[in-house]
Amino acid sequence: MAPPPIVQQKSSSPSQPSGYVFFLPSLSVLLLNRKPLRFLIPSYCLSRKSEVSDLKLQLRQLAGSRAPGADDSKRDLFKRVISYMTVGIDVSAAFSEMVMCSATSDIVLKKMCYLYVGNYARCHPDLALLTINFLQKDCRDVDPMIRGLALRSLCSLRVPNLVEYLVSPLSSGLEDGSPYVRMVAVLGVLKLYHISATTCFDSDFPASLKNLMLTDSDAQVVANCLFVLQEIWNLEANKSEEANRERETLLSKQTIYYLLNRIKEFNEWAQCLILELISKYIPSDSNDIFDIMNLLEDRLQHANGAVVLATIKVFLHLTMSMTDVHQQVYERLKAPLLTLVGSGSSEQSYAVLSHLHLLVMRAPMLFSSDYKHFYCQFSDPSYIKKLKLEMLTAIANESNTYEIVTELCEYAGNVDVPIARESIRAVGKIALQQYDVNAIVDRLLQFLEMEKDYVTAETLVLVKDLLRKYPQWSHDCIAVVGNISSKNVQEPKAKAALIWMLGEYSKDMPDAPYILENLIENWDDENAAEVRLHLLTAAMKCFLKRPPETQKALGAALAAGVADSHQDVHDRALLYYRLLQYDVSVAERVVNPPKQAVSVFADLQSSEVKDRIFDEFNTLSVVYQKPSYMFTDKEHRGPFEFSEEIGNLSLDQESMDNAPRFDESDKDLLLSTSEREENGGPSINGAATPGYSAPHDYNSSLVPLSSQTQSEPAVTSRTSFAIDDLLGLSMLAAPAPPSLKLNSKAALDPGTFQRKWGQLGVSISQEIPISPQGVGSLTTPQALIRHMQANSIHCIASGGQSPNFKFFLFAQKDDGSASFFLVECIVNTSSAKAQVKVKADDASASEAFFALFQSALSKFGM
Amino acid sequence: MISQFFVLSQRGDNIVFRDYRGEVPKGSAEIFFRKVKFWKEDEEEEAPPVFNVDGVNYIHVKVAGLFFVATTRVNVSPSLVLELLQRIARVIKDYLGILNEDSLRKNFVLVYELLDEVIDFGYPQTTSTEILKSYVFNEPIVVDAARLPTLGPASMFMQGAKRMPGTAVTKSVVATEPGGRKREEIFVDIIEKISVTFSSSGYILTSEIDGTIQMKSYLTGNPEIRLALNEDLGIGKGSASLYDYRSSAGGAVILDDCNFHESVRLDSFDVDRTLALIPPDGEFAVMNYRMTQEFTPPFRVNALIEEAGQLKAEVIIKVRADFATSVTANTITVQMPVPTYTSRVSFELEAGAVGQTTDFKEGAKRLEWCLKKIVGGAEHTLRTKLTFSQESHGNIAREAGPVNLNFTIPMYNASKLQVRYLQIAKKSPSYNPYRWVRYVTQSNSYVARL
Repeated sequence: MAPPPIVQQKSSSPSQPSGYVFFLPSLSVLLLNRKPLRFLIPSYCLSRKSEVSDLKLQLRQLAGSRAPGADDSKRDLFKRVISYMTVGIDVSAAFSEMVMCSATSDIVLKKMCYLYVGNYARCHPDLALLTINFLQKDCRDVDPMIRGLALRSLCSLRVPNLVEYLVSPLSSGLEDGSPYVRMVAVLGVLKLYHISATTCFDSDFPASLKNLMLTDSDAQVVANCLFVLQEIWNLEANKSEEANRERETLLSKQTIYYLLNRIKEFNEWAQCLILELISKYIPSDSNDIFDIMNLLEDRLQHANGAVVLATIKVFLHLTMSMTDVHQQVYERLKAPLLTLVGSGSSEQSYAVLSHLHLLVMRAPMLFSSDYKHFYCQFSDPSYIKKLKLEMLTAIANESNTYEIVTELCEYAGNVDVPIARESIRAVGKIALQQYDVNAIVDRLLQFLEMEKDYVTAETLVLVKDLLRKYPQWSHDCIAVVGNISSKNVQEPKAKAALIWMLGEYSKDMPDAPYILENLIENWDDENAAEVRLHLLTAAMKCFLKRPPETQKALGAALAAGVADSHQDVHDRALLYYRLLQYDVSVAERVVNPPKQAVSVFADLQSSEVKDRIFDEFNTLSVVYQKPSYMFTDKEHRGPFEFSEEIGNLSLDQESMDNAPRFDESDKDLLLSTSEREENGGPSINGAATPGYSAPHDYNSSLVPLSSQTQSEPAVTSRTSFAIDDLLGLSMLAAPAPPSLKLNSKAALDPGTFQRKWGQLGVSISQEIPISPQGVGSLTTPQALIRHMQANSIHCIASGGQSPNFKFFLFAQKDDGSASFFLVECIVNTSSAKAQVKVKADDASASEAFFALFQSALSKFGM
Repeated sequence: MISQFFVLSQRGDNIVFRDYRGEVPKGSAEIFFRKVKFWKEDEEEEAPPVFNVDGVNYIHVKVAGLFFVATTRVNVSPSLVLELLQRIARVIKDYLGILNEDSLRKNFVLVYELLDEVIDFGYPQTTSTEILKSYVFNEPIVVDAARLPTLGPASMFMQGAKRMPGTAVTKSVVATEPGGRKREEIFVDIIEKISVTFSSSGYILTSEIDGTIQMKSYLTGNPEIRLALNEDLGIGKGSASLYDYRSSAGGAVILDDCNFHESVRLDSFDVDRTLALIPPDGEFAVMNYRMTQEFTPPFRVNALIEEAGQLKAEVIIKVRADFATSVTANTITVQMPVPTYTSRVSFELEAGAVGQTTDFKEGAKRLEWCLKKIVGGAEHTLRTKLTFSQESHGNIAREAGPVNLNFTIPMYNASKLQVRYLQIAKKSPSYNPYRWVRYVTQSNSYVARL
């Protein structure tokens, strides 16, 4: 590729673009095409270097020129410099020339120069000093436009040793007669704060802003004051009491009403941020609530989706404690949200639909008659279709299931394969949550007749889940499943599901042993360990039901399994082998116990996590479907994390209990969701608890269960976690020495704790993992404290905020010896780890205690 | 708030790049582009508008084939940023007349100037073209609209421009005409996107209209405007019950819901359905509305697939225009996926067909039938013979379809929402600016199942 052409028409006027237009594409092509770039670098660097020095030369020639047309030439040169800057070429070498050329009255030139200076000043602090002079001079210009621009650029230099030059222009900027300059100056204060917080406080700028916020006539100045104060006090709140108080004042009734009464003066963006602030306000009584809602009612009709969502957040949070009003709010906000979904670009629809999704998930009942709005449209991008499918699944109930499932079946034949798959899964999920699944089962079986690979694969997985919940359908399903040729099933998940059914229903499927035999013959071609594990179990089950026909196949399977390179496959084969060797009837009890139908599959997200996301309405958390601590570090959680900051390490728990938590009242209202979740929990426990009392029973129910759950990690990963952990736990808990018992009523006063903590040495310090359920449950320290207390380990102090929590705990031996164990436990939920330090009066018992502690912690959240 | 803003071309190069807070590393544009380009490539999924890579949130909209992107580390309101990006695109379009890669590249200095005023230190300041006018000094370099290459379907804006005759809507708000004076005119467009799903037996399963009243004003001196809609216009489900026994076509127009631009005053809206506003410069939506009330769909579509002997099938697609003969629909595209094992296709257009083309997209296994125009009342049929490479199993109708229609119908709106009059407060007796009121209906999702 040829080097970029040198620009020749230097005298062209600004309205006629010259060479730079041709430069841009050629340079960007160079930057983009990775391969040719490698070869081009040498010549390219050369030409670039000569380009920059050429620019410098031309700039220098023009610097002092007063000739007519000089400004036009400068404009062209500046444009070229900035176009280089845009594509990422370092043109900082021309800094001094650019500054020399900046002495001009042409405002377009000035702006380009400011842009350039702002971009490079930070990397060249010494050169930045050159600009101070002309910027300061411009800050005193008669034209408010120039004053504002200069002040903005001055504050944007981001050079720490130049802050002294900022204070006086900022002070006069805040008092400038022009609102434009004041607007710029207010944000300048924030820029100064980020360069040097002390200078900012020493000059008492926050106080000036506070004053300005409450008195300025210009709405944008007021709004900017609010943004700046909010950001500063949020960042300072952890450091000083005063900042905390100042932050509170922003939420005082006086400030809130002042802003509310002026809300229509603000532009839509400022309105959004003000509404966000209001959503944090804690109203004094119900009149207060209704006043605010009446005042904001018409904001729901705004064409800007961000304003509407911010208003909805205010409404939802204000009415949290008023069940029936809260429900009315849901009804009220449906129409505006649906209009927004239809009116903007698909990106805007996505943001709105994500919020609608959240509301639907919380209260599916309230949306059950609106299901048609969530049908997928031909033009919807897949990210929107996915959301809609989930919503359709959630709102399906007795009255609309037929329509919804009919619609979903249409998508199953869709050309868009990922969506077709999701649709089939959706049908399956609806089947699992309904009481009358008759018709749905028929539809699913029809899918199998379509003979599309991916449809068959998805359907098999579903039929398997369905059979686990509704064993009574086995007859119909097995008849159809038996006709599927295993050759047409390639996806591991589907294959595993098919094999599971072959094993489980081998009695009803005449060909089962022979199909299994066939599959076992091709053992070596089977790449997925998941499938091989299932083959082993299925062969066992089949053998126990139809021994003569399966004996040979089982032998082959066990032989292949023991020789398998995969550890789990090997271990399972060996386990089966020894079980059979030991006693076939025991093997029967382990592998083929009478099964209870699974009543509810576990929910993927705990209700705490969902509540947390709801608290963070109108933020990215809703789109990601994750609370902010899972994707943002603390310092950037920004103005949206406002209310529930917990002091560093507080000894009194009163304050936290008073913090506004919405879960409880909300559950009353949204019974339908919570009911489901509550059913979800116990059923898993229900399946597992018998095992605690009777060990042999325990094993027999667990082994096949875990083998089933491994086959569908996507749908029920929670269950499999829970069971895996239980399995692991039973191993751990069993050998734990029964000698150490803890006093459930142990007491220790903080003073003594502190003294002991100082005196004793660390006997154990270790990092232990926390289960995903534990992480999910740990939205406040209280959850863990209660849990540990149930295990006779008491909390003396706790604090922090996700992802980091800190606990000081203690326990006492229950042998009257008054021997204490002290624990410092730092939990990081984002890494799912706990850093534990144990100190003990009796160091010899600390191992035993640590084992107890670890097992208690591992049970947290289940 | 927002840390960076940038615009990338379809190929991924920076056209504009502005860093407001210096919190996000410099390579962000490249990280963004790779992520978008290779988002689940195997499943051909589109990247969602919002995603997070290493703690940086990337939020983008696609306009005119360009990526408008904002990055931030803060847990911001996604709606706010997406609306803002869309608005920035619109402001730029107001200034440049046409928004595309070429015009952006030619005017990037102007765009920087705009960006400086729109966002300061990550906080949005103003997006009003009106207010920005007094801060922005670069003159736009106008790109010739006639030489524009056709853009992909991603560009709503260009679609908008395409249906407008002449230079009107591609005119910059600030640039002066060659003659040195601006023409006093105002454009009001009623644009409706309609979604209809027909069942295999031709029943309407779902139907919805998403409409918008767009305005673009080139009036000097900001006179007040009154826009009168149908007098019997009803809004909300409550009002629908009053008209329960209306006939589906002749009765009052009932909207499910609507929203308004902030400049709109609704003082007399409840009385005489009149909107009053002082239109700001530039293009904006006066009102958005949604309607699920029954309406007559502009096209009836019937599609049929039947086996015709071994390894053969016949497809018949019929399209009938159910609107007045004075109206003509433009550029109609009919698409239909056929079974994946289809190997050969032969089309048979009706006798004397003019301006119709057919195509078989081999890769996507899709029939495409394009008609230049369809006059109201007309009916067109396409017969297609398919040859299969293997035997079909079972129900062939489940392996094909649905049929999808794309079209634009100028001077037609399905909802029957009307602008009864557009009144401009008079400055002097001789003041009589041009007023353009247009109606356009576009397909959003127009599907007939088999």
